[in-house]
Amino acid sequence: MDLTGEVCPMTFVKTKLALEGMAPGQVLRVILDFAEAVESVPRSARNEGHRVLGVVQTEDNQWTVLIRRG
Amino acid sequence: MDKKSSTRQQATPPERPARTFDEDQMQRYSRHIVLPEIGGIGQRSLLDGKVLIVGAGGLGSPLVLYLAAAGVGRLGIVDSDVVELSNLQRQVVHRTADVGRAKAEVAAEAARLLNPDVVAMPYAERLTSANALGVIAGYDVVVDASDNFPTRYLVNDACVLLGKPLVYGAVYRFDGQVSVFAPGQGCYRCLFPRPPEPGMIPSCAEGGVLGALPGVIGTIQAMEVLKILLGKGQTLAGRLLAFDGLSTEFRELSYVRDPDCPVCGDRPSVTEPIDYEAFCGLGAAATGR
Repeated sequence: MDLTGEVCPMTFVKTKLALEGMAPGQVLRVILDFAEAVESVPRSARNEGHRVLGVVQTEDNQWTVLIRRG
Repeated sequence: MDKKSSTRQQATPPERPARTFDEDQMQRYSRHIVLPEIGGIGQRSLLDGKVLIVGAGGLGSPLVLYLAAAGVGRLGIVDSDVVELSNLQRQVVHRTADVGRAKAEVAAEAARLLNPDVVAMPYAERLTSANALGVIAGYDVVVDASDNFPTRYLVNDACVLLGKPLVYGAVYRFDGQVSVFAPGQGCYRCLFPRPPEPGMIPSCAEGGVLGALPGVIGTIQAMEVLKILLGKGQTLAGRLLAFDGLSTEFRELSYVRDPDCPVCGDRPSVTEPIDYEAFCGLGAAATGR
């Protein structure tokens, strides 16, 4: 899911809605370019029982977060 | 920062039908959706919710505004009065220009203007023993935001008969009280079996009320409605919360269902709505207690 251009809290709003629409165990790939969200989205996802598989910086100002639906 | 198009697809398609929200809804409800207790699923429950607010006055004003803002999908608003200048000191859903208009219509319009997701249905009429069951049957939760005992007893009885949760609130001078009458957990008549004798209790018009007080109580009622629709938290079922606005103190009284209650007791004597004006006019004798 490409969330470049999105800022908090919409980064997590859209991540959460996407996760709710998935089955447990499925993996969501989120692309972010809002630096603050690179910490807050994984933290919020963990708080809601999901597993963060990894956070990878792909460009100067772009990150990919992998989240397994809890 | 520019927002991305809302046509973007999810990376992983959902296995079950998605609880879809458009871009505006995601922004409008973002502070709900991020709450672990709500999320998209809870917000959908609110959008699917049907709430009847009996009274579009001091208590009804914050109820209409907060429930519409929260995205409660269907709001019924009952009030037979028209807006008067003396209402505007506390009934914040109405404007000066609305004086003379039906309160139910004004409140419904305010709800729609605040949130186009809301279907607001005005009932510019009194609830009576003839129409109460029919009106209430179409809603999930009922709110007593009325200002008189006949309506209060009628709404209570009808909710017990239909098994609907009732969020009760009342204000007088500087004091307010609020509770939730959940089916099987007691009702207004368990707390107050007998209506006051006619003329014993002055109305707000006679007794006065501090303008912000119905805002406090009506907002607590709105909280309880949202929790009921969400199925989250502990409601005020079995507890009467009393607010002393002069000392800014809350007190709580626990109660249980009265097995001898004429409406929700083990052998109820009230099995259909009573014509409330006759009921209150008769006083204690009409309760059968």
